[in-house]
Amino acid sequence: MAETRNLLRGETGDWEVVIGMEVHAQVTSNSKLFSGAPATYGAGPNENVSLVDAAMPGMLPVINAYCVEQAVRTGLGLNAKINLWSRFDRKNYFYPDLPQGYQISQYEFPIVGEGTIEVELDAERTIEVGIERLHLEQDAGKSIHDLAPRESYVDLNRSGVALMEIVSKPHMRSAEEASAYFSKLRTILRYLGTCDGNMDQGSMRADVNVSVCRAGNYAKFLESGDFSHLGTRTETKNVNSIRFVRQVVDYEARRQIQVLEAGGSIDQETRLFDVKSGETRTMRSKEDAHDYRYFPDPDLLPLTITQEAVDNIRAELPELPDAKKHRFVGVYGLSAYDASVLVMDKDKADYFERVAGGRDGKLASSWVTTELFGLLNKTNTNILESPVTADQLGALIDLIQDQTISGKIAKQVFELMLTEDAGKDPKDIVEARGLKQVTDTGALEAAADKIIAENPEQVAKVKDKPKALGWFVGQVMKETGGKANPQAVNAILKQKLGLE
Amino acid sequence: MTDLTAKTITELRSGLSAKEFSAEEVTKAYLQSAEDASELNAYVRLTPEHAVEQAKVSDRRIADGSARPLEGIPLGIKDLFCTKGIETNAASKILKDFRPVYESTVTSNLLRDGAVFLGKLNLDEFAMGSSNETSAYGPVINPWRRAGEDTKLSPGGSSGGSSTAVAAHLCAAATATDTGGSIRQPAALTATVGIKPTYGRCSRWGIVAFASSLDQAGPIARDVRDSAIMLTSMAGHDPEDSTSIERPVPDYEKALEGGVKGMKIGIPKEYRLDGMPSEIDELWQKGAKLLEEQGAEIVEVSLPLTKYALPVYYIVAPAEASSNLARYDGVKYGLRVHDDDIHEMYRKTRAEGFGREVQRRLMIGTYVLSAGYYDAYYLRAQKVRKKIANEMASVFQDVDLLLTPSSPSAAFGLGEKSTDPVEMYLNDVFTVTANLAGTPGISLPAGLDGQGLPLGLQLLAPAFGEEQMLRGAYALEEAIGFDAQPSKWWK
Amino acid sequence: MSLDDATVKKVANLARIAIRDEDVPHLKEELNGILGWIEQLQEVDIEGVEAMTSVVETDIPMRTDITADGPTGGGQPENIVANAPKTEDHFFVVPKVVE
Repeated sequence: MAETRNLLRGETGDWEVVIGMEVHAQVTSNSKLFSGAPATYGAGPNENVSLVDAAMPGMLPVINAYCVEQAVRTGLGLNAKINLWSRFDRKNYFYPDLPQGYQISQYEFPIVGEGTIEVELDAERTIEVGIERLHLEQDAGKSIHDLAPRESYVDLNRSGVALMEIVSKPHMRSAEEASAYFSKLRTILRYLGTCDGNMDQGSMRADVNVSVCRAGNYAKFLESGDFSHLGTRTETKNVNSIRFVRQVVDYEARRQIQVLEAGGSIDQETRLFDVKSGETRTMRSKEDAHDYRYFPDPDLLPLTITQEAVDNIRAELPELPDAKKHRFVGVYGLSAYDASVLVMDKDKADYFERVAGGRDGKLASSWVTTELFGLLNKTNTNILESPVTADQLGALIDLIQDQTISGKIAKQVFELMLTEDAGKDPKDIVEARGLKQVTDTGALEAAADKIIAENPEQVAKVKDKPKALGWFVGQVMKETGGKANPQAVNAILKQKLGLE
Repeated sequence: MTDLTAKTITELRSGLSAKEFSAEEVTKAYLQSAEDASELNAYVRLTPEHAVEQAKVSDRRIADGSARPLEGIPLGIKDLFCTKGIETNAASKILKDFRPVYESTVTSNLLRDGAVFLGKLNLDEFAMGSSNETSAYGPVINPWRRAGEDTKLSPGGSSGGSSTAVAAHLCAAATATDTGGSIRQPAALTATVGIKPTYGRCSRWGIVAFASSLDQAGPIARDVRDSAIMLTSMAGHDPEDSTSIERPVPDYEKALEGGVKGMKIGIPKEYRLDGMPSEIDELWQKGAKLLEEQGAEIVEVSLPLTKYALPVYYIVAPAEASSNLARYDGVKYGLRVHDDDIHEMYRKTRAEGFGREVQRRLMIGTYVLSAGYYDAYYLRAQKVRKKIANEMASVFQDVDLLLTPSSPSAAFGLGEKSTDPVEMYLNDVFTVTANLAGTPGISLPAGLDGQGLPLGLQLLAPAFGEEQMLRGAYALEEAIGFDAQPSKWWK
Repeated sequence: MSLDDATVKKVANLARIAIRDEDVPHLKEELNGILGWIEQLQEVDIEGVEAMTSVVETDIPMRTDITADGPTGGGQPENIVANAPKTEDHFFVVPKVVE
């Protein structure tokens, strides 16, 4: 039952862990949310900073239309309600990487409201995670602490870059679910082209909210919507990998249970994740974090968009992973799980489609997911730089489908395509190396006759144990140097041994 | 030679184009008079080299027939407008040595039209004040004195440097800003003309922000015509200011003629305050009578929410200011008082950098936005503000203009009102409603009180009603025929 | 609603303004004077009134997604740090921040 899944055993009884996530995703755009400075990564210090981003006196924000469009696009991709009227508020706090002394964000009226996404955990389990809201806001700059012993260096390149903050409902119930949600969200954003998902560049980071409660209390929360059934949550900031999300949840759940079972209580606080130790710790700098003095930004007008504009964006939406998954199941006959693995990465899904087009979908899927992905994983290669193109792999599968070669030989050819015969057409490789399957019944019958004649004991055995036929097939294959068509050999042997 | 500094923009314009004198001569005359008037403390900084350079360009353009609308007209710039390469401090220690690398849109517009900038004018710190006494550079002195006295009087605020410089002929006209009355009240106290345009008419880009939803730039000038000429150049749509209105700018000078015949002008009865000097009431009635004689219909109207305008203002303006002034933190520009702890550095810098009135307002603003108080103060204030704006809009369904006094008193002595903040705030009682509603207003000299100090009358118009407002003001100015001048005691 | 000493100190800290203990009483008095005067707004009936969010009643203007030149564009680190009290290699330098 969903409501009591993933129980954690404590000293004093069972606990449930509840996770919600606020994901900050950098909007893919040329320029910043409120200025014309570039939103690119990796420039020199304060190189991508306009006078607006540096909060020079008298500077004013003007919103980037494309960032608004991207937020709407993302909202649609999360099956969420688009609010035609939303508003920017100022969140006030002092910090050296916050040049204005406030962040322009959307507090009370976000551009996107409630939505929901499906998250696959494995072949059998899929969960639904509710989206609470999505809003647009400015990113802050960056303080660098290790360039001088007693000083911090501030670079405002990120200051003002557009972020989407995507807030989930507290619908995740384990480290596995939390990391799968984060990963699925990344997939959706990449499909939409609204965020590049480059976590090592900070394009996507999660604030992970974790709480624990006694077994059964989550169900009460779900029924009543009353958060008091849940435990006090901690928020671990800026978690920037799928693996770290998992570690944070595991660590925090364990820590909180320990604290509670020892008679302590959990503070609602902001924590930081230490990548090296895998632990979280209290963040010291947020001394008056709870009084942001939000109020509507008087430099901006309410953000109004038309239904027509939303409809136009909807009409142009690319196919999203869930739709693609369902199509792969329907059109190519794949299992839901295989399909979900393929659609995880749009480039991989595109590769598969190119291979599968006009061919046996299952065969294509098995070649792509097993052989090709296996190879790419082993060599840590991106699909876009695959040494075997989709067309080449398709041509190889054609040779299997028209029985020119067997699957086994195909693997041999695949190896050759990566090494000695790189870049060559599989058909030419098969030709040049004489790997063509022997389908000539005469030759196969002769080989079968030879094996039958030479092995009377085996012939006697096979009458009682029809499974011993495999031995004969193997022998004939050996005789033909592996090039025989196994189905044909099978049929001929059965007939000759009188097994039908 | 005639006193070039006695001329209006209109007179300078025709004299320059007739080559009776050169722009350089005019500029130098003004620079001289400004230097001679250092006792008034109107300028925080003169930029003579810049000014003469600009004047020379003007003379060349006049010579080759490519003169622009304000060619060679020497202006003073309130030090709230950022000027490229020229120090801009908003009369605050916290912006010590700040030299913008950009030019505000309004001053860019003036430069585009050929104006010459003489220097930067004093003001209340961050435009927060009604007497110019909160300036880090010390108060500006009103050129007007009570008859037979040498008590130093305030020129009003926050644009006290602008009003004094215009009244004392230290520039032909000046830029100013008005958040609660900061153009109109100092204009009234110095017998000059000040316009607060419709919100969004002039760009706020490059003006040091005080309260974003209320701030509006406008001119202070010698007479109504000059103020119209100035506004024509200053106004305009700016794509860099999201609250700027995309609407063509008329030639306001052309709107002056035509008179008030057939206009309906309202007298809001709630503007008759208890304890207001009777002279103000008399001048107000006289103004109404003059307009009536010109053919306007005078009607009494009621604006019952008037008394709530100032309390609303003293929530909204400090709230916005508390956020707008958060950027002065000792990191990017201006003053830094060092401390090893970053937050202690902020606290010390801001305690040292901001004056008392600014600190007071930042604290009020912080408090009214803080958790638990937002609804009771800020949200309620914005709702009352909406009601006030609706009330104004509805009264303008019936009348074309409103006539009111500009300020509840004539110029007061320095220090006389600075002990009780609320008493000081009451200076803006007649002007602040227009800021809350985003509507335009103009103050013009109406006469002198018994002590020989000028008093002003204000005309208010509906949003984008500047043309009818100027038409009314011009007619009233003609009818009043005010021509008094302060004696030049400072020379 | 009137402020006590602790609230005055809290507000000053939120506003990042250092105040001395001896300044608290008169600051409190001034602020309470202002707040007391503002209190009259409680008389106004605001039932069903929408709060004013903007004076200007037009659609929000938007910029196109191109990188700009000039003040609103990048590529001017020297301008960005030109007025800063302390800089190094185009970085702003501040007292050590502890996270």
